[in-house]
Amino acid sequence: MSATKPRTLYDKIFDAHLVETLPDGTALLYIDRHLVHEVTSPQAFEGLRMANRPVRRLEGTVAVVDHNIATDASRYTGIDDPESRVQVETLEKNVAEFNVPYIPLTDARQGIVHIIGPEQGLSLPGMTIVCGDSHTSTHGALGALAFGIGTSEVEHVLATQTLLQKRARNMRVTVEGELPAGCTAKDIVLAIIGKIGTAGGNGHVIEFAGSTIRALDMAGRFSICNMSIEAGARAGMIAPDETTFAYVKGRPHAPKGEYFDRAVEWWKTLPTDEGAVFDKEVFLDAAEIVPMVSWGTSPEDVLPITAAVPDPEAAADEARRAQLRRMVEYMGLQPGQKLTDLKVDVVFIGSCTNSRIEDMRAAAAIARGRQVAEGVRAMVVPGSGLVKLQAEQEGLDAVFKEAGFEWREAGCSMCLGMNPDKLKPGQRCASTSNRNFEGRQGPGGRTHLCSPAMAAAAAITGHLTDVREIAQGKH
Amino acid sequence: MDAFTTLTGIAAPLPMANVDTDKIIPARFLKTIARTGLGKSLFANLRYREDGSENPDFVLNQEPYRHAEVLIAHENFGCGSSREHAPWALLDFGIRCVIAPDFADIFHNNSFKNGILPVRLSREVCDQLMEDARMGGNARLTVDLQRQVVVRPNGEEIPFEIDPLRRHLLLNGLDDIGQTMQKSTSIDGFEAKQRAAQPWLYGAPQQEERTAS
Ligand code: SF4
Repeated sequence: MSATKPRTLYDKIFDAHLVETLPDGTALLYIDRHLVHEVTSPQAFEGLRMANRPVRRLEGTVAVVDHNIATDASRYTGIDDPESRVQVETLEKNVAEFNVPYIPLTDARQGIVHIIGPEQGLSLPGMTIVCGDSHTSTHGALGALAFGIGTSEVEHVLATQTLLQKRARNMRVTVEGELPAGCTAKDIVLAIIGKIGTAGGNGHVIEFAGSTIRALDMAGRFSICNMSIEAGARAGMIAPDETTFAYVKGRPHAPKGEYFDRAVEWWKTLPTDEGAVFDKEVFLDAAEIVPMVSWGTSPEDVLPITAAVPDPEAAADEARRAQLRRMVEYMGLQPGQKLTDLKVDVVFIGSCTNSRIEDMRAAAAIARGRQVAEGVRAMVVPGSGLVKLQAEQEGLDAVFKEAGFEWREAGCSMCLGMNPDKLKPGQRCASTSNRNFEGRQGPGGRTHLCSPAMAAAAAITGHLTDVREIAQGKH
Repeated sequence: MDAFTTLTGIAAPLPMANVDTDKIIPARFLKTIARTGLGKSLFANLRYREDGSENPDFVLNQEPYRHAEVLIAHENFGCGSSREHAPWALLDFGIRCVIAPDFADIFHNNSFKNGILPVRLSREVCDQLMEDARMGGNARLTVDLQRQVVVRPNGEEIPFEIDPLRRHLLLNGLDDIGQTMQKSTSIDGFEAKQRAAQPWLYGAPQQEERTAS
């Protein structure tokens, strides 16, 4: 490839990490940062042990527990569920045996792997970052190439610090204009997925661009890249800029002093060159975005909060009709029912999509001085111990507690049915997480994905609610 | 990893699009620390009723599909999380090949790494193969990786595309870690170059962790 050919952000980072190209075109890609958690790593360590292989680069690796742990005080006295306990204990045994740096449960820095990577400066612009978790795409918001891998690949990275990769195709999603009131990064990404579908990004890496994206703070950018995988793309990226550099500066593992300046020099060369070609382009007008909520069991089944449940019979083909009928039934809905009429049992504010301090503030702004509706269980789960501390310093915990929300310890919590925080069959939940598949939050649970402000609004009124009405004092 | 050359067996039709990994293996079964034993939880939410009994309507609970070695589905098979438990569960059940119009990227990758062959064929062909599969035990499908063809029960051969390296590894049951480890000199060289250009990437996080506190 000639140096003068215009390249995309993705191409540049990919090229900068190319160790070797195999005869058939597969790239051997160097991995700068490998984040490890308890669910997808036991069999990888088992593989190393069986083949008598060490971890190649300890300083490139960090382990943390997040998926299995309880988010109340019981987590410090041991895990009840025997299988969860075995996974956590296995990780602790493995990190000790292989000498892998580890952030234990009792550490204030513990949290969801995709929150703490950026928070600690472990994830930096220009890096290749992997983790055995599909939402690794989150870290791409820093202008990094970050993607989820399977356990065999976790083992491959542990053993070799590299991955065998095919170059993905380039896709750009451009969002231009000012975001309307009441809308957030979450609404942007839900609108994008609604538009392109859950397979829209298959085989591609998505670069999110345009004035709307550039105007977002890092928290918003993380939320958008987080859900790239729900749009079918393994990775999402946003070009690093002054917002990124200001975020990174001073983080514990970020470069310091002269190194920081040198790093910024390099990071500034990363944004996509003028004239670079994308295999696929999508445009969105920010002015058209409204607060969004998912109604079905796939993240592409989203609608403006002002809409009604669609009629399956109106779909074009029989396969889709059957799929929609199943969704309507599973979700316990009536075609034509207004989304704002759907009563919620549970509200979950958390997950690697929306558990940063900015998300806590957005939810608290709605909760302040109001009360959670009767019969609704509302929980707020910060993404890391440090987010929790900061929120407490800002008095947000008091705002939540006074309004009747539960204020919990950091972890994945109700994002997936793997720890004690689960929906019961039939329960309806307004959730700031990223997946609404059947049973995702617990068998039989019904998930409606939305932004933190929208989730808080639903907690207050007891039904899915247009957050703009709260802002206008209608509730 | 077991080599994959030619497979002749029962195919189960699963006429569903967007079969996500939560469907293939729900999160509550991910707590294993071994690679085996997940077959009984494959498609658990579809396969079992709330009281734990088998749902007789689900294809894998019917004869002869209980012994299926091939699964035929619709678009975007394996979307959702990166869990490798999905191919492990398929494999543990006995499925060595999934045929669909397309696959989600991570699942596609993970399949190869576990000796499962994902075959992309058009929606029309998938529908046709499902029709064949509905003939049950009389309709065995052959998937020949060597010749890159699927052979219908009537003898018709349908060619498919596959990445040559992936095909080579699968045909020989090769582990790609061993292959990559032979390239350690290149990897050493890359690290030396990167360390010179971006020294801040080296030394973290271990050393800092120690000096910081
Ligand atoms: S918060 Fe949810 S999506 Fe994020 S890492 Fe945890 S389980 Fe996965």
